[in-house]
Amino acid sequence: MPNDSQQDNCDIVSRSGDQGWFYSDTVKDYFFNPRNFMRDEEAYKDAAMGLVGSPACGDAMKVWIRVDPATEKITDCKWKTFGCGSAIASTSMLSVMVLENSGMTLKQARELKPQDILARLGGLPARKIHCSVLGDKALRAAINDWYRRQGKLEKVEEEHGRIIDSVAKVTDKDIEQAVLEGADTLEKVQAKTKVGTGDPSCLPEVEQLIRFYREKYLGSSPKVEV
Amino acid sequence: MKSIYLDNAATTPLDSRVLEKMQPYFSDVFGNPSSFHAAGLAAKKGVDAARKSIAALMNAHADELVFCSGGTESDNLAILGLVRTNKAKVKHVITSAIEHPAVLELLTHLQKAGEIELTILSVDKFGLVDVRELEKALRPETILVSIMYANNEIGTIEPIADMGRALLKWRKTHNTPFPYFHTDACQAAGVLDLDVEKLHVDLLTLNGSKIYGPKGVGLLFVRRGVEIEPIIYGGGQERGLRSGTENVPGIVGLAAALEIAQAEKEKENVRLTKLRDKLTAGLLKIKKTKLNGHATERLPNNVNISFLDVEGEAAVLYLDAQGIYCSTGSACASGSLDPSHVILAIGLPYEAAHGSLRFTLGHSTKPADIDYVLKVVPDVMAKLRHMSPVNLDMKYFK
Ligand code: FES
Repeated sequence: MPNDSQQDNCDIVSRSGDQGWFYSDTVKDYFFNPRNFMRDEEAYKDAAMGLVGSPACGDAMKVWIRVDPATEKITDCKWKTFGCGSAIASTSMLSVMVLENSGMTLKQARELKPQDILARLGGLPARKIHCSVLGDKALRAAINDWYRRQGKLEKVEEEHGRIIDSVAKVTDKDIEQAVLEGADTLEKVQAKTKVGTGDPSCLPEVEQLIRFYREKYLGSSPKVEV
Repeated sequence: MKSIYLDNAATTPLDSRVLEKMQPYFSDVFGNPSSFHAAGLAAKKGVDAARKSIAALMNAHADELVFCSGGTESDNLAILGLVRTNKAKVKHVITSAIEHPAVLELLTHLQKAGEIELTILSVDKFGLVDVRELEKALRPETILVSIMYANNEIGTIEPIADMGRALLKWRKTHNTPFPYFHTDACQAAGVLDLDVEKLHVDLLTLNGSKIYGPKGVGLLFVRRGVEIEPIIYGGGQERGLRSGTENVPGIVGLAAALEIAQAEKEKENVRLTKLRDKLTAGLLKIKKTKLNGHATERLPNNVNISFLDVEGEAAVLYLDAQGIYCSTGSACASGSLDPSHVILAIGLPYEAAHGSLRFTLGHSTKPADIDYVLKVVPDVMAKLRHMSPVNLDMKYFK
């Protein structure tokens, strides 16, 4: 459970000095001793690459992969991250996971979920969950890039959001993002996305989606205001 | 492992001399100052002496001080107390974009609730409020101006006395006692002049936890004749303005801390300024860096620098691992995932807030500490930049 990570010793206090949070030993290890980070971009010009930015906090992440075309197994994975300790530790762990046991197949890699990374890290503070989602997205983008480079366009999977509120043009992805940024109630999601302001008839579905994503990322109970 | 505490703007350790003064008031002199017996009287004496001593330091009257639980409560008492006493139909308040949340959050809340009209003055690229902008914002309905004495993040010292004079002039020409002038002096109390006559302020906030005094105690100076109503009701302590049994050891400690700080400030400021400038110059040698705040109109202990392409929380953690304690204005390090409002207010882009680090020096800071920091930071920045996919152009920040 990601929420359970908020215990033990306080490692860092936010700039306003009011809220402590805690990283597990594994997170610290993968943050202070990053695995597989990109040291020589020039040498990877030919590798497939995915780049994503996080609208939540303005961070960016790049993932490079090399793949064996015969087996479609990932043989190399490098990354660069502009982000907090959680973001660096998550990508660091992600790169280890995709390379383990002689490498994941692209299919397996696509099935990798942020929760899997979280579990291996021993959890992250609730408000840091979105940082782990970033690496996962960058990896998916890199996989698409690889298929594109191979000319296998039918294998490219673009993530399109499904429109929930057709007037305010809000998709399920927008709601997912809002929950990841800590909006765990309808009011908070509305404050971020304006969902339902155009077409209130979608609200029951929105509530359902919030519950779904809240359970997926934050555990079931609404977290205490942080 | 080394431990170099460079976060004195967050809070300071308690000075041992202050602790000594406080000690008797925990178990020996423990009475309630409101009691009539000797035990109560002894406690009351302690509070009275503290009040007198602080009043003298501020060139104020003893009956102009209201003790409370700290800076946030003092800010709230000043603002809420004044706004709620005033029964005018339209109440206008002026503040700046770089105030502490204890002021800014409260005022925006009151504005949203429809209780006040609010003007938030922007600041220049150094974080200074322009006195002429303040004058332009004044309206007949303006009841309060609240501007901080010195900023907690970038250390910029505001021209409080100039603003005070401008407000006096306005009141005279408009023949009104309004607006009153409040300043949050929490960051300034240990290093700057607190003479309320020279500053021309009507309300002033300060607390113990930033001046090597105890936490959980602060005060509000309320000039004679300025009417505010309490925000806490009860037994009527502090002339009815702050009910609740007095925090006697805290109040005694606050006075002791303020006495020491004000007596030693000249010498200590010279010492700190030297160290500050050395640290600043050394850090600016690292490429793609920028000093945030004013070069000279600045608290003697504040260094705030943006390291581009680096995220602040990661940097704080790496420095923490090397025994250096500082803080950041990065969005990632705040609960709300919002970057520092102060860094944004001085006109810098989001990315500069992201990579901003604040080092605030203190009594314990020695020249060798600065040397150590200057040895460690370049390596940490090199490592984090190595891991970063971002490569911004400095021109973007000009
Ligand atoms: S990357 Fe910004 S909070 Fe983690």
